[in-house]
Amino acid sequence: MASTKPIGQQSSAIPFYRDERILKIIAQVVSTLIIVGFLIWAVLNFLQAAEARNMTLTFGFLKEAAGFPISNPPIEYDPSMTFGRAFFVGLVNTLLVSVTGIIAATILGTFVALARLSSNWLLSRIAIVFIEFNRNIPLLVLLFILYFVVLGQLPQVNDSIVLPGPIYLNRRGIYLTWPRLTESGTPFVILLGIGIVLAIIAFITLRRRREISGQNTYYTQISLGILIVSGILGFIFSGGNPFQLSVPELQGFNFQGGLRLTPEFAGMFIGLTIYTAAFIAEVVRAGIQAVDRGQIEAARAVGLSTMQVLSLVVMPQALRVIIPPMISQYLNLTKNSSLALAIGFQDVFSVGKIAINQAGRAVPVFALVMLTYLSLSLLTSFVLNLYNRRIQFVTR
Amino acid sequence: MSSAQVTEEVIRPPQPPGPVKWVQDNLFNNWFNSLLTVILLPVVFFALVNVILWVFTTADWRPVTKFPMLFAVGQYPREELWRVGVGLSSIILMLGASWGKWGGLLRSISIATGIFFAFFTVLPVQHPALDLSMRLYLGLNVLLLLFGNWIGQKKTVKGSYIVIGWAIVPFMFVFLLTGLEGSEFIPSVATTFWGGLLVTFLLSAGGIILSFPIGLLLALGRRSTLPVVKVFSTIMIEGIRGVPLITILFMFSIILALFLPADSRIDRLVRALMAVTFFSAAYTAENVRGGLAAVPNGQIEAAKAVGMNGFQTMLFIVLPQAIRAVLPAIVGQFIALFKDTTLVVIVGINDLLGIGRSVINSDPEFVQLQMEVYIFIAVIYWIFSYLMSLASNRLEAAMGIRTRL
Repeated sequence: MASTKPIGQQSSAIPFYRDERILKIIAQVVSTLIIVGFLIWAVLNFLQAAEARNMTLTFGFLKEAAGFPISNPPIEYDPSMTFGRAFFVGLVNTLLVSVTGIIAATILGTFVALARLSSNWLLSRIAIVFIEFNRNIPLLVLLFILYFVVLGQLPQVNDSIVLPGPIYLNRRGIYLTWPRLTESGTPFVILLGIGIVLAIIAFITLRRRREISGQNTYYTQISLGILIVSGILGFIFSGGNPFQLSVPELQGFNFQGGLRLTPEFAGMFIGLTIYTAAFIAEVVRAGIQAVDRGQIEAARAVGLSTMQVLSLVVMPQALRVIIPPMISQYLNLTKNSSLALAIGFQDVFSVGKIAINQAGRAVPVFALVMLTYLSLSLLTSFVLNLYNRRIQFVTR
Repeated sequence: MSSAQVTEEVIRPPQPPGPVKWVQDNLFNNWFNSLLTVILLPVVFFALVNVILWVFTTADWRPVTKFPMLFAVGQYPREELWRVGVGLSSIILMLGASWGKWGGLLRSISIATGIFFAFFTVLPVQHPALDLSMRLYLGLNVLLLLFGNWIGQKKTVKGSYIVIGWAIVPFMFVFLLTGLEGSEFIPSVATTFWGGLLVTFLLSAGGIILSFPIGLLLALGRRSTLPVVKVFSTIMIEGIRGVPLITILFMFSIILALFLPADSRIDRLVRALMAVTFFSAAYTAENVRGGLAAVPNGQIEAAKAVGMNGFQTMLFIVLPQAIRAVLPAIVGQFIALFKDTTLVVIVGINDLLGIGRSVINSDPEFVQLQMEVYIFIAVIYWIFSYLMSLASNRLEAAMGIRTRL
């Protein structure tokens, strides 16, 4: 009689279509087949198209002459140089606008967050208007307003708008007064560099000693002292004038000297900064509000000074909340810098776009552009995540 | 007598702070705030005065008022405009029915929509776009909204009917817009003629509706125990999140064609929609994954214990809790998608911003009036984005996300 079989044998008689282990293997095989099959189908189509349209799949063109100009390259470039060089110029432009944008957006965003939390009703309203305006309009509209309207309708060079500084605004860009290193300024830079390294080393070792021994090692004061002394030494060794203010001056039809920001760079920089600052302001506000009031009161009660309350109690806890969303805002800013194409700032993507239009290079150029952004994103998030891991709670 | 007076004095509630007290507390509560107020007040005053003066006197709104239909539907053939109208009216009808059935936030949206249509119905200006038939159509929509409300309030009309209606309307709308090849009644209209707010809404609504299920599948795939599925989903999500939307848009509009059979053609609006959808799906997947991680294991074990299979556990126990937990983030992603649809301008699709650009370039006189056009477009985006975030806040409160989690 079949029904008298022991239980153990019954379980071994599960049909294969109900056995979870076999089902999982089948699912794996089927999904692999679908994905691989789709890829092979796409590649076959592509090979056919590549043959018909005489397209290259190699990166050999990187060594060929680019043949197109780049306006205002940040590093030396002319159309006779290789495409690889042109691509590198684009990359430098992307990094330039992203890094300056990240720094400026962080500073502006923090100020806006503090203004938003201010007890002054008027100031916090202004901050809310700034945040809600920028968060709810597309970045591209903001860029168009900045580039075509604000910067595009500036006066001609001869009747530039002059701001204190002096800063000159005209159709050809923004001219800033900027400190430039003099010929005798090299020792200053070298000594200051050494000073910064020494100050960091002193700060870390002395703080570690304090954490181990509990004695006050004056780590902040000592490292600041090293920094100031090295600066003064550098000032003396460079003969008293390491820097010279380079003031833009109108010569003929154009300005000479100073630091020139092209309208394209200025538009990208200002647009990315104020757009991202609105998001960063909300991130910082959430971080500050996440710190329990009781924490601050307790810190006061054990006798910490206002500075100590901020640096030892509030900031470490607020940063835990702030850093992860901040990382994604930084990544967003870097990726948004690709909108440069719309206003003619020649970043990686714009340079790639020109190269795509040249015959038959679409796929390798595109792969290069995407890989560049991908590695930028992965690199940024990797570095910032290392920092994030250090400051998060250690959970058991 | 005197004791009774004393009690009365004690019982009296505290006086609400007067305006003087409010100004003292919020603008002049210490020397620093007083200083800030004194500096900011004139600045804000002059800024406001200048903005108001600009909007009502200096600004020349001709580029906007001259082509209202261009901003609304682009180059869509004017003799076929009734198709857009019918589509819009069916959405209005569904909105009214939902208002009648569920009320709440839908009530506010419906009333705002009704006021918008009623305003243009009776607006006392002469304008070629606002002729009698247009006014009749706008007025009809107000009536349709009320009619929908009446239907929705009927007990015999179940909520599921309205949900089914909502599921049918988008297909009907797109079918009406595209039309049929060789048909006399609804000849086909190429998507190159579509434009303006219509395209912006189609891309946003299409992107939101399609990206959500794809994002959900990617999130589940990334948590799958099958290595192939897991690796594939992870590569998809991280690959898309690592690059800007504009590269994805270009990939779909230029590169994709190379990987398909030579004779296959995908409409460029559909390609843009695919790009926006996949881009948004990767972000939605990460949001949903965060929600999935927040569902305690005990919930899954309990579901298994009462005899649910894996599919049922996921559908009835895990996903509802996961999505509820991350709803604000998902709506935030939808707002981002709505704003990101402007990028299709760069691949040559005339959405709202694209129409704005072509209006500016259509007349040398309008090149000086770019500010007016961009401000108009910014205000439209602003209103819809702000409404979406407002709706998200209301939804959060209704679902008790802040209080019950």
